[in-house]
Amino acid sequence: MTAPLKVFIADDEAPARSRLKELLADIRESVATEVAGEAGNGLDVIERLPGSGAQLLLLDIQMPGMGGIELARHLAGLESPPAIVFVTAHDRHAVEAFELNALDYLMKPVRSDRLAAALKKAAAAGPALRERLERAGAHANAGAREYFSVTERNRIALVPVSEVLFLRAELKYVTLRTKAGEHLIEEPLIAIEREFTGRFVRVHRNCLVTRAAIRGFERSSGAAGGDEEQHWNVVLEGLDERLPVSRRQWPTLKSLLPEAKE
Amino acid sequence: MASIRQNQYPNALPDFRNLGVMARALLFVNLLAILAAAAAESDWNRAFDMFVVSTVLIEPPLLASLLLLLAAAPLLRRLPYWLGSALVLALVLALTAGTHALVGAIAGISFGRTLAFASVATVLVLAYLSLHLRAHSPALAEARLQALQARIRPHFLFNSLNAVLALIRSDPRRAERTLEDLADLFRALMSDGRSLVRVADEIALIERYAAIEQLRLGERLRMSWDMDQAPVDALLPPLVLQPLLENAVYHGVEPGTGVSDVLVRIERRGDRVHVRIENPSQPAGAPARAGNHMALDNIRERLMLFFDADARLETKLSDGRYCVDLDIPYRTGRA
Repeated sequence: MTAPLKVFIADDEAPARSRLKELLADIRESVATEVAGEAGNGLDVIERLPGSGAQLLLLDIQMPGMGGIELARHLAGLESPPAIVFVTAHDRHAVEAFELNALDYLMKPVRSDRLAAALKKAAAAGPALRERLERAGAHANAGAREYFSVTERNRIALVPVSEVLFLRAELKYVTLRTKAGEHLIEEPLIAIEREFTGRFVRVHRNCLVTRAAIRGFERSSGAAGGDEEQHWNVVLEGLDERLPVSRRQWPTLKSLLPEAKE
Repeated sequence: MASIRQNQYPNALPDFRNLGVMARALLFVNLLAILAAAAAESDWNRAFDMFVVSTVLIEPPLLASLLLLLAAAPLLRRLPYWLGSALVLALVLALTAGTHALVGAIAGISFGRTLAFASVATVLVLAYLSLHLRAHSPALAEARLQALQARIRPHFLFNSLNAVLALIRSDPRRAERTLEDLADLFRALMSDGRSLVRVADEIALIERYAAIEQLRLGERLRMSWDMDQAPVDALLPPLVLQPLLENAVYHGVEPGTGVSDVLVRIERRGDRVHVRIENPSQPAGAPARAGNHMALDNIRERLMLFFDADARLETKLSDGRYCVDLDIPYRTGRA
C-alpha cells in the first residue's frame, strides 16, 4: 500500500477546516490521507507549509492576510511545491479563472466524492505551473500581489510590495531594494511593470522605481555644466543611492515631477 | 398594520411631517409667485419688484400654514381626502386673509387677487404633491422596492451551510439552532419588503445573523451590543440593519487576521431613531474587498422610498474605525 497523501488545510473558518478533516476521514478507503498541518490565514500557510512535508494543499481562496491565488503563486517558488486544490464558497471570477487555466477547485460545501476525485487528480498531476497561476490571478481580477516572495531552499520570505523602493534587473536576477535591504527575485521586470501598473515607473531600461517614493531629480555630478548631454539621477525617499535616468525616459519622468513633489 | 401601502386610495394627503414635502411646498409656491409676477408685468425689473412685494403677503401665511399642518398632520390623515383638502384650503385662505388685513396696505395688492392666488397655489401644491406621492408609491415604488430588496451575499449562505455541516456530527444541537437562525434570516429576506417592521423584529434578526457569523468566525468576531435604550416599538423598513451589519463583518472582520470588535448601538433621541454600526477599518495590507457602496446605495434608496428626505445614512472613518450612522424619524403604530 502506498504511503498516505500528506494534506495541508488552509481555511480561515474553523468549522470549515473540521468539515474537511471529517471528509478526509470519510474517504480514507478510496484515498488515504494524513493531515500535515492547517492554518487559518495566508501568512500562516507561508510560514508553516514549507516545513510540513505537505504534498497537497486544500486552499480556501478567500482568506485574511493573503488571498488564495497570490498564496499559490508564492508557494510555486518552493523546491517541492504542493499540488493545490482551491476551495471557494462563491466566487464566479475565480471559478472561471480556474476553469480556463485547468486548475483544480472545489465548491463549498464540499462533497466527499468530489473531494476524493480532486485529491486523486491533483496528486497525479502534481503542482500547477506557475504561469497558469499567474494567468488565473490576472483573470480573477485578484489585483496585483501584496508581496514579492524570495524563496531560500525551503523557506519563503515575503517582502511587502509597499516597502519596495526600486527594482533593478541584473544579469539573471532582479534586485529588489527596500529601506531595510536587498533581495533577489527571479521575475522579469517587464512582467512586474505590467502587473503593478501605475505603482512603478521605469527610469531606465533595467530599472523600475516606486512612483510614490520619488522625491526629485538631480543632475549627475560627473557631467560638465551647460552640456546638453548630461544625465539626470532620480532621488528616492530614504535612500542615499542615486539611480540614473535614461535619456529616453526623461521626458516621461519630468512630467511626473509636480505629482512627485506633493 | 403599518405598511407602505398607506396610499390605498391614491388621493391621500401628503404627510406634512415630512421634510421633503415641506421643502417642495415652499419651493413650489415661491415658483408660482415668480411666474405670476412675470406674467403680470411686462418688464423684468418691475416683475421682480412685484415678486418681492408679494412675498410680504405670501410668506407669512405659507410658513404659518405649513407649521399648523405639521401639527395637524396626524388628524388630517384620518380624514377623507376631500375633507382634508378642503380644510387645508380653508386654513390657507384664513391665514392669507388675516395677513392681508395686517399688511395688505404695504403690498398694494387687492384682497380679491391675494385670495385668488392663495387658492390657486394651494390647489396646485396639493395636486402636485399628490402626483408626486403617486409617482413614488403604489406600483412603481413596489416594483423598485422588490428590485432593491436587500440580498444576502451568496458567499455567506454557502459558508454558513458549510459551517452547519461541520457541526452536525460534533454538536447536533448547535447545528439545529443555526439552521433555525438561517431559516428566519431567509424568511425575512424573501418577504415582500414593503411593510414597515418594528425595531424589535430587526434586532431579533440581526442577533440571529450575528449568531451564525459567530459560529463561522469564532473569536475573530467580537460583537458588542448597545441596545438597552433601543426604541423597540419604532418602525423602519425591513432588512436595513442586517445588510449594514453584514457589511461590517464582510469588510471589517473577515479580512482581518486578529480579533475584530463590531459595535451595534440603537437608541432614540427625541423624535429620531439613531443606529450606529462600527467595525475596524482593515489595514491596507489586507485583501481589499469591493462592493461596499452597492449595499449602502441600496439601503439609501429604500430609505428614500419610505421616508423621503427625512432619513440619513452616513459613513465616516474615525480612529481606524469605520462608522455607519443611520438616522430616521421615530414613528410608531401607523406609518
